Amino acid sequence: MPELSYRDAIRSTLIEEMDRDTAVVLLGEDIGQYQGTFRITADLLNRYGPTRVIDTPISELGFVGAAIGMAMLGLRPVVEMMTWNFSLLAYDQIVNNAAKIRYFSGGQVNAPLVIRGPNGAGVQLSAQHSQSLEAIYAHVPGLHVVVPATPAEAKGLLRTAIRGTDPVIYLEHAALYAMKGDVPDGDFRLPFGRAEVVRHGRDVTIVAYSRMLHVALEAAETLAAEGIEAEVINPRTLRPLDRTTMVESVSRTHRAVVVQEQWLPFGAAAELAASITEGAFDLLDAPVERVGGADVPLPYARNLELLALPHAEDIVRAARRTLYRETPAAGGRSDA
Amino acid sequence: MGDRTFRTNEKKAAAVATTSRDGPDLQDALSWYRQMVIARRFEEETERAFRRGKIGGYLHVYSGQEAVAAGFLAEIRPDDIFFTSYRDHAHALFRGSPPGAVMAELFGKAAGLARGKGGSMHLFDVPRGFYGGYGIVGGHIPLAVGAAYALRYRGGDQVCLCFMGDGAINSGAFHESMNLAGLWGHAGLCPLVVIVENNQFAMGTSLAQSSAITELARRFDAYAIPAERVDGMDFFEVRAAARRAVAQARGAGRPVAVEALTYRFSGHGAADVFQPYRTKDEIEQARRRDPIASLEARLREAGLLDDSRVSAILDEAEAIVQDAVRFAEESEAPAPDALTTDVYGDGA
Repeated sequence: MPELSYRDAIRSTLIEEMDRDTAVVLLGEDIGQYQGTFRITADLLNRYGPTRVIDTPISELGFVGAAIGMAMLGLRPVVEMMTWNFSLLAYDQIVNNAAKIRYFSGGQVNAPLVIRGPNGAGVQLSAQHSQSLEAIYAHVPGLHVVVPATPAEAKGLLRTAIRGTDPVIYLEHAALYAMKGDVPDGDFRLPFGRAEVVRHGRDVTIVAYSRMLHVALEAAETLAAEGIEAEVINPRTLRPLDRTTMVESVSRTHRAVVVQEQWLPFGAAAELAASITEGAFDLLDAPVERVGGADVPLPYARNLELLALPHAEDIVRAARRTLYRETPAAGGRSDA
Repeated sequence: MGDRTFRTNEKKAAAVATTSRDGPDLQDALSWYRQMVIARRFEEETERAFRRGKIGGYLHVYSGQEAVAAGFLAEIRPDDIFFTSYRDHAHALFRGSPPGAVMAELFGKAAGLARGKGGSMHLFDVPRGFYGGYGIVGGHIPLAVGAAYALRYRGGDQVCLCFMGDGAINSGAFHESMNLAGLWGHAGLCPLVVIVENNQFAMGTSLAQSSAITELARRFDAYAIPAERVDGMDFFEVRAAARRAVAQARGAGRPVAVEALTYRFSGHGAADVFQPYRTKDEIEQARRRDPIASLEARLREAGLLDDSRVSAILDEAEAIVQDAVRFAEESEAPAPDALTTDVYGDGA
């Protein structure tokens, strides 16, 4: 099993799928001549030419909409969103067209496109370039929302996305591009809607995805040193969401902490918590704890940015609270 | 049937009549006259059905604009495709969708063109190349650009038509899409014909109030897209422009645009009863340029229509529309389990 970076896992999957199927085309800003802002598409223009690696003008609405039209006609476009923050310019196309065309056409057409790019914070890009926007996409029926946390997931989920029949919101994390890990060879695919139990434990279930998975695993190490065995679950996809694995775990641990990187109100962690509560209410020995970022636009200054994002210590404290080994935070949150 | 005669502008009809046309074109025009009469009668019936509570939601009828869709759809091949906005009933009928299935969609029935899931604004007939009616103004334009790219990428010589209203021309979607179309056209990868159906009003806001320039064909200059302006009330003029545009797009794989000056006789939607943004006199003036009446006058001049033939076509249209209504009334509502189908495919 070769070791690849998260970046190379994505890039090599694009190459494999483009070699396999000429219907796969890439669109995005600066993906060709410039080689891609995060170099995911480096050298691909040279390999596949400008009709398959399409450098677009800065017009997210236009090229996402065009990619939807291409998908309706049988192509398999993979759109690079330079960062997901820019996708708000294309939100109407994604929500009103891509997500709904199959439905309002009575099943006559579909839009099998993948939109991929970095999501989330951590590298001092401040308010307009650091948002974690998974909830606004996971809210919408007709979309799949994919949140790979490792190089293997990046490959396995991207291949499933490209070969699927529906629009996929594929959320990378910029802070993970350099991360290395083993990636299975060959036609490796990971199914949507299937969570992974990353670490087994009997005392508390922690659910985390994307970069937060790694923070949760760090927290689990700390907890283990205190004699608390945490079970860590990575949903891998938020839509579809594998509720069964979470509920099954909580029915053994009786305690749950759910984690997301940013704003808690109406966010992904709320959906995770609700799923656990609905599925295992009688089996819970403590309220489900949510861990997330500060309810503010992301700041620039490094110290403030660090304050705005969750850290392993926040997850550790939340896990202790579910075991009644830590007093609840005084005064509540600023958004309470 | 309410108004069995279509009024015409005599001077205009005479001018058209003196233009030389060849025989086969006129024969074909006669079949389009028939289709336009059916579409008009169909739309009158949808308005009645809306008032009877048989049609819900929004209802945007096409009466007055028939020559535009007819002229363009007359000039494309069966394997060509098209997109349009929500004023889409006539486009489906002109492309050959069964009137019963169109009406059934408006009535929210399972036998509707989109299985009762789309309604008036989202007619689709993909086997006939109709890739949909869309409800967000301007939102379908980039889809058509991408579809045109895909057609050429796959190696065929099909074209994609994109109908849009004058209101869409101020949306960002229009400008972003036309820039892409212009760029991809440079590489011969965008066989697209954009048809601006300029009916003078974006809902209730006049063109002069909404567009800094009112000659909308000029908007395409910025994107290296050749554009012309035609009288959208004149079937022959529209059709001639359509022929030129489709040939150019098909031949060069480059986008072409046509602004068709037209007018809608009904309100923006069925709820637009009082139409405070225009006068009765203005509507009356426009009705004197009724595209069906002027085509009829031309065909009478050529000896292809007379009173009895016109009457027979009107009777036939009435029968077709009544059959469509009966079919829609008698069709089943979608089964409850249709609620959750067609959200996702089986792939993932």
